[in-house]
Amino acid sequence: MNGTERAQVRMLPDRRRLHLQDGPIDLIVEAAGTPGAVAAAYRAAAARFRFVLDELCAELAELRAPSAPALRSFHGPVARRMEAAVAPHAGDVFITPMAAVAGAVADEILAAMRGAASEDLARISVNNGGDIALWLVPGEATTVGLVSRPDRAALFARARLRAEDGIGGIATSGAPGRSFSLGVADAVTTLASCAAEADAAATIVANAVDLPGDPRIERRPARSLQPDSDLGDRLVTRGVAPLDTDSIAVALERGLAAARRLIARGAIAAAALHLQGVTRVASRDGRLMAPEAPQAGIILREPLDA
Amino acid sequence: MSHGQAESEADDKVRCDACPVTCYIRPGMAGACDRYANREGKLVRVDPHVLLERTVERGGAVVPFSRSAAEWSGAVLPEDSVFVTAIGAGTTYPDYKPAPFIVSSEVAGVDIVTVVTEGIFSYCGVKVKVDTDRYLGPEQATVRAEGEAVGHVTTGEYGSQMLSLGGVHHLTGGSKKEGRVTCEALLQLSNGAPVELAVDGGVTIAVEAGAAPIINGVREERMRVGCGSATIGMFAKQWLGHVDEVIVVDDHITGVLSEHQAGKVLDIPPTGVKMKGRRSTPGRYFQVAEPGTGWGGTNVSDPLSILGPFNPQEARPGLTMLMVSTTGEHFGFYRLDEALRPVETELPEALRLSVERIQENCEPALCTVLFMGGAGGSLRAGVTENPVRLTRSVKDALTRVTCGGAPAYVWPGGGITFMVDVTRLPANSFGYVPTPALVAPIEFTMRLSDYAALGGHMDHVRPLSALTDGAARHVRQIDGNPWPVEPRQQRRKA
Repeated sequence: MNGTERAQVRMLPDRRRLHLQDGPIDLIVEAAGTPGAVAAAYRAAAARFRFVLDELCAELAELRAPSAPALRSFHGPVARRMEAAVAPHAGDVFITPMAAVAGAVADEILAAMRGAASEDLARISVNNGGDIALWLVPGEATTVGLVSRPDRAALFARARLRAEDGIGGIATSGAPGRSFSLGVADAVTTLASCAAEADAAATIVANAVDLPGDPRIERRPARSLQPDSDLGDRLVTRGVAPLDTDSIAVALERGLAAARRLIARGAIAAAALHLQGVTRVASRDGRLMAPEAPQAGIILREPLDA
Repeated sequence: MSHGQAESEADDKVRCDACPVTCYIRPGMAGACDRYANREGKLVRVDPHVLLERTVERGGAVVPFSRSAAEWSGAVLPEDSVFVTAIGAGTTYPDYKPAPFIVSSEVAGVDIVTVVTEGIFSYCGVKVKVDTDRYLGPEQATVRAEGEAVGHVTTGEYGSQMLSLGGVHHLTGGSKKEGRVTCEALLQLSNGAPVELAVDGGVTIAVEAGAAPIINGVREERMRVGCGSATIGMFAKQWLGHVDEVIVVDDHITGVLSEHQAGKVLDIPPTGVKMKGRRSTPGRYFQVAEPGTGWGGTNVSDPLSILGPFNPQEARPGLTMLMVSTTGEHFGFYRLDEALRPVETELPEALRLSVERIQENCEPALCTVLFMGGAGGSLRAGVTENPVRLTRSVKDALTRVTCGGAPAYVWPGGGITFMVDVTRLPANSFGYVPTPALVAPIEFTMRLSDYAALGGHMDHVRPLSALTDGAARHVRQIDGNPWPVEPRQQRRKA
């Protein structure tokens, strides 16, 4: 069975957003523009989507292997996006292309939509489980609320993005959730020029928010949990006991240092770090992202109700 | 245990084959998708899918159902008030595998099993009933969406026009675009959304399940109470003494009171009226005009155009005549002048009431959409190792077929070809795959003993209670639907 038969495509009950699902990939796609352009963009998204998982799985073993600064060549366009997003970091930290898989898939679908209908569209967002590829027509602006847990609609920060900011990707990584983290952050959200780069950076910063050797943190070898994890026998965080204020500050400061390095290098525009109720923000421009008192807003990571 | 021929490892790892990632999953852990997990060495599906709940009357009060899924998680519900629908259940097509969910529960002391799957139907379509006498287009005319052929006008029914849309020839037998547009139109209609259609040589019509049709931009209000002849019969007595002649204009059978059997019974004298068209029996005329969107489904805007000159042997100056359409939407009152020409004049009160009575007896015009599909061999193989036995079990009424918990009508004859009113399913129950084909939920419910007898996948049966602890979307049973697992009279063959 291939993706053409397996992939599920449906409009969400709001009849506005498109839901694409195949294996572990769940995308919530939203385009705004003329009805014809939105329909064309959704068709293009669905048409491209059904090949994505099969392409990735064809090169899965290589994609799970650590990257080096020199780019490897991959066949699949998504795989190439992944490798390009992580390779710049491979000289500093352990990283595999899988750190950017969610963002790269979102970028690929967004690119297909723009190719089909960018003339009459005002904005596109492709949300892959919280890693979002975003495109705004010049002059458009949007506000994105960040939440640390998809099941709790409490914002810890807010990003205000204009088209001219050049932010094409928003990604979140943390110890809770689907993929493993080496760190203790509840959530690290980054803004970058594409979702794959944001995804890789969020992983790196979330890994850096850490208290090495602290007994309050439960860690297990990744492979003991997921036999085919790309993290091998590296220790991944399974639980974090309540921490004191000083420890939280120390852990967040480690993450902030990593975030600032990435900002200085131009890899990301901003990062918001959240750990046990404390939020710190690093940004190339203070207007982009700000911590937020909990209130209503757009929820970044939403539960699926398709 | 569910879907997936998971390979068990020595240490209880399982390899999931639901998608090409083929995760190795350790006990207690989920795969990369969070949809499949390893529970005690077995691969289980854990993602939300729709469970139906029925309202339970307690002391006359209805238990509220507006609770969120989160509040329900972990809740132990009485087994006989939850029904597992196939909506969101996933499918195993085209691989041979047991259906994603085979669930047992006890209902009224009887062990019941429900086999749940989402079927992928390339042999499927919708039948649309449009309550109108208006002419939509010639029978067999092509019906188009976005310019693509998606179906045709089929045999009209009483007071309604019928469209047959979709089917394998439009889905996969034509151009790629034709298939895509057909699939989209079917999906929209099945999920209760409006679709704009154009009939070759006919009208444009907006169709939406449960809503009035909009024909050439005009919303249809009512369907006729009966044909013109039937209307004469129904209201003849009410007209007696108030008017000399009544003509009910209808594209099918136009009725003439003075000539009609009902008029004869009431001793209504001849009026000398002369009808165009073809006389069928006394007082009943076919083809008084062409079909159209005017009076009574004809193309008539001036009703006098269907009359010839009055016969001077029988007609007299001052004779009165009511002309009315079968829905009462159009009407006119006339008096013959000295030259025996009808001249329109104000409708008397008593006749106004009779016209209103006709209107009142015309039901609201609706579009109704029935999804129709056939369960193929591989879908049936997900239920039993011997697919034909499922067919027989359905025919013998041992197995009940529902579609998202809604009652389905199963056609007699071979196979399992069913129809369901799409408004009886929870919102957005239908999906599609890019083949293109529609994805529709289908559930087979039967006694556990009957399931065993037809060669069911008994080792895949799991109790309902094992399901309610996963994330699921609970929706309220739709009013008026029978409860899918209610015991009922069986039609077992002798």
